[in-house]
Amino acid sequence: MTTTTTEQVRMDRLLFGDNQFFGVNHMSEEKARAQAMKFQDISVVQSVLDDAYDEGVTTFMCTTHDRIALVADHVRANPERYPDMTFYPCMPYAHKYANAMTEDGPLGAIKRFLPDEGFLDAALRGSRSLATKDIEGIVTLLIDSEMKMFAGLRTPVIFLQNVVVDLLLGLGFNEAFKIFHDHVRARYGAEPGFITMNTPALLDVLDGLGIVNPIVCSNINKVGFRMSGGMEAYHRMLAEREFRAIAMSVFASGAIEPREAIEWVCAQPNIESIVFGASSRRNIAGTKALVDQYWVR
Amino acid sequence: MIRVGVVGLGKMGLSHLSMFNAHPEVEVAGICDSAGYMLGVLNKYTGLKTYADMGAMLDDAELDAVVISTPSSMHAPMVRTALERGVSVFCEKPFCLDPADSAALTALAEEKGLVTQVGYHYRFVGAFAEVKRLLDLGAIGRVTHVLAEAYGPVVLKPQGSTWRTKKALGGGSLYDYAAHPLNLVNWYLGEAERAGGSVLNPVFSRETDDEVFSTLFFDPATPGGAPVTAQLSVNWSDESQRKMTTKVTIWGTEGRISADRQEVQVFLRDGAAVPDGYVPGWNVKYTTELTEEVWFYLRGEEYSAQVDTFVTRVIKGETEGVNNFAHAAATDRAIQLMVDDAAGVVRAPATGALAAPAGRTGRSLPGAVRSRVRSLLQKVGVAR
Repeated sequence: MTTTTTEQVRMDRLLFGDNQFFGVNHMSEEKARAQAMKFQDISVVQSVLDDAYDEGVTTFMCTTHDRIALVADHVRANPERYPDMTFYPCMPYAHKYANAMTEDGPLGAIKRFLPDEGFLDAALRGSRSLATKDIEGIVTLLIDSEMKMFAGLRTPVIFLQNVVVDLLLGLGFNEAFKIFHDHVRARYGAEPGFITMNTPALLDVLDGLGIVNPIVCSNINKVGFRMSGGMEAYHRMLAEREFRAIAMSVFASGAIEPREAIEWVCAQPNIESIVFGASSRRNIAGTKALVDQYWVR
Repeated sequence: MIRVGVVGLGKMGLSHLSMFNAHPEVEVAGICDSAGYMLGVLNKYTGLKTYADMGAMLDDAELDAVVISTPSSMHAPMVRTALERGVSVFCEKPFCLDPADSAALTALAEEKGLVTQVGYHYRFVGAFAEVKRLLDLGAIGRVTHVLAEAYGPVVLKPQGSTWRTKKALGGGSLYDYAAHPLNLVNWYLGEAERAGGSVLNPVFSRETDDEVFSTLFFDPATPGGAPVTAQLSVNWSDESQRKMTTKVTIWGTEGRISADRQEVQVFLRDGAAVPDGYVPGWNVKYTTELTEEVWFYLRGEEYSAQVDTFVTRVIKGETEGVNNFAHAAATDRAIQLMVDDAAGVVRAPATGALAAPAGRTGRSLPGAVRSRVRSLLQKVGVAR
C-alpha cells in the first residue's frame, strides 16, 4: 500500500459502494430493476450495510441520494453500533437537482438544498456569485448543501462525481477542480477526491493546478472496460504517476470472474483501495476474502 | 485538426461542447447561446471565444463544422444558414419538425458536398449496433415484427411552460423520446409506408403528448406477403424508470432478438444461419463485449463515438455515414406519418387524382380542408 503522510487520510483497502441500492447496473436492466425492488425498503439497504460493517468493510462510498440521508440518520442515532462507520460522500447526485427543479422551480430547489447556517448568508453568496459570474460562491454553496445530510458523521474524503468531473474536464473548466479541492479541505478538513472515466487526462489537469497526490477513483479492471485513454496509459500512470488510486468496476460489471478480477487488480502497482458493490453478505465476505488473499503488499 | 463552433448550450449542447473540446482533432473556435450568462461563465473560466449569434460566429470563426443543439424548431433555419456558408453540420435530434425542410436540407448538403450528422446516438450503442449486424446477416430469417419501446421519468406532474412543453416548438415525448426508437426501427427495417392506430396522448402535459403508441407498416419481406410491422410504445411519464430506457424486440422466422443499452438477448432456432460466436437457442451478449473503447468518456461511449465519427468524417470529407441527414429525414417522415394518423389526416396515394398537396412528406392540413378532402376521398372509396 502507498505510504501516506500524516496529513493524508488513511483509506481502507476495501470500500463499499452504493450503485446496487439504486437500480444502477451496467450489465442488465433486468438486474437493475430487481435490485431497485429489493432495496426499496431502506431497512434492507441498512441490513446489507450492517453485513458489510460486520465483515470489516466500514467505509461507505455513497452518492448524496435522498435515501442516503436515512442511512446517515440511522448511523447518527446509533453511534455505539457503528463506532468505525465512515462515509465518503460523492456529489452531486444529479437526479436530485433535476427532480427538485421540476417540482419546485429553480428558486425552490436552491432553498431546499440550503445549508443549515441560514438562508441569508447562503443566498447572499449565491446571488453575488450569479451577478459577478464568480463560480466559486455557487460551487461552495452547492457543496455545503450536499454535505448537510452528513453533519456530525465522519467524512474524511469527499468526492466529485464523474459526470461532473468529466464534463468540466472536457470543457477545460479546470478552475472548478481547484475550488472544490480548496473548499473541501478548508471547510470539512477532508481530502478531496475525483471520480473520472478519463484518469490520464484528469491527472495532467490536476498536476497543472498544483493539486499534489490527488485521490482519483476510476475504472481499473482486467478487460479495460471504461478506461478512457487506453489500458497502456493506465499501466504507465499506475507505475509512474503520483496519485492515490481507487479502483472501481474491478469486475467490469460482471464480465470478469471475481477471483480473476481481484487477483489482477491486486497485482497492479500503486492502487490504494478498491470500491465494490454487493447485495448479500456472502458476496461481501467473498470479495473481502479474495482481497485478503491477493493483496499482500 | 478541424475548427468547430457550438450553438446552443443547454444540457446536450454543453455535453457536446465538452466532448468536441476534448477531441484531439478539434479546435472549438467559437460558442454561442441566447443566454448571455452561460456564455460569460464559459468565456471567463475556459477562454472559449463567444459570439452573440451563429451568423457572427460564421462570419468570424472560419469554421469547418458547426454543432447545433438549439430547440428543435430552430434547427431548420440554422442548418440552412450553416450549409449555405459551406460549413458541415452536426445537428441534435429530431432533425426538422417539417419533413419538407428535412428533404430540402438533405438535398442542399448533398449539392454542397458537406458532411452531415444528426444526434441519434442509439445507433452507436454497441447492443443496438449488434442487432443491426445480426439482421444484416439474416440471423433470425425473415423479420415479421418489431416492438420498439422507450420509457422514462420526464413529465411526472403538470408543469410550467418551456419550449419542451410546446408541440409547435418540438416539445413532447414524440420528438424527444419516440424519435429514438423510431430511428432504430428505420435503421433495421427501412422506411415505413404508413402508420395506423397512432395515439399521441397527454398524461400530465397540457399542450403536448406524454405517451405515444403507433403501428408502422413496412414493405413485406416477400412480394405479396403480409407487411412487416413495428409497434412503438413510448411514455415519458413513467417514474418506475430511473432514466430513459429503450428496448427493441424483433421477431423473425428463425428466431428473436431483444436488445437494450446493456445487453442483447438472441434466440436462434435450430437450423438458423447461426453467426460466429452464437449458438442455436439462447445467446446473451453484454455491453462490455460489444462496446469499443472511446478516447474520452462522458455519459456513455455512444456519445463520444458519434462525435468521433462526425469529426473523422469531416476530416475525410465523407458525406455518407451513419445518421447523415438522409437517415434523419426518414425518421422525420415517420414522425409525420404518426402525427397525421393520430390527427386523422388522410393522405391519398401519391399517384391519385385527389392526392393531398405534398404526399407523405407534407404538412398537416388545416381541419376544414382536412374534412373536405376526407369526405371527397370517402366518396370515391379511397378512404374509410
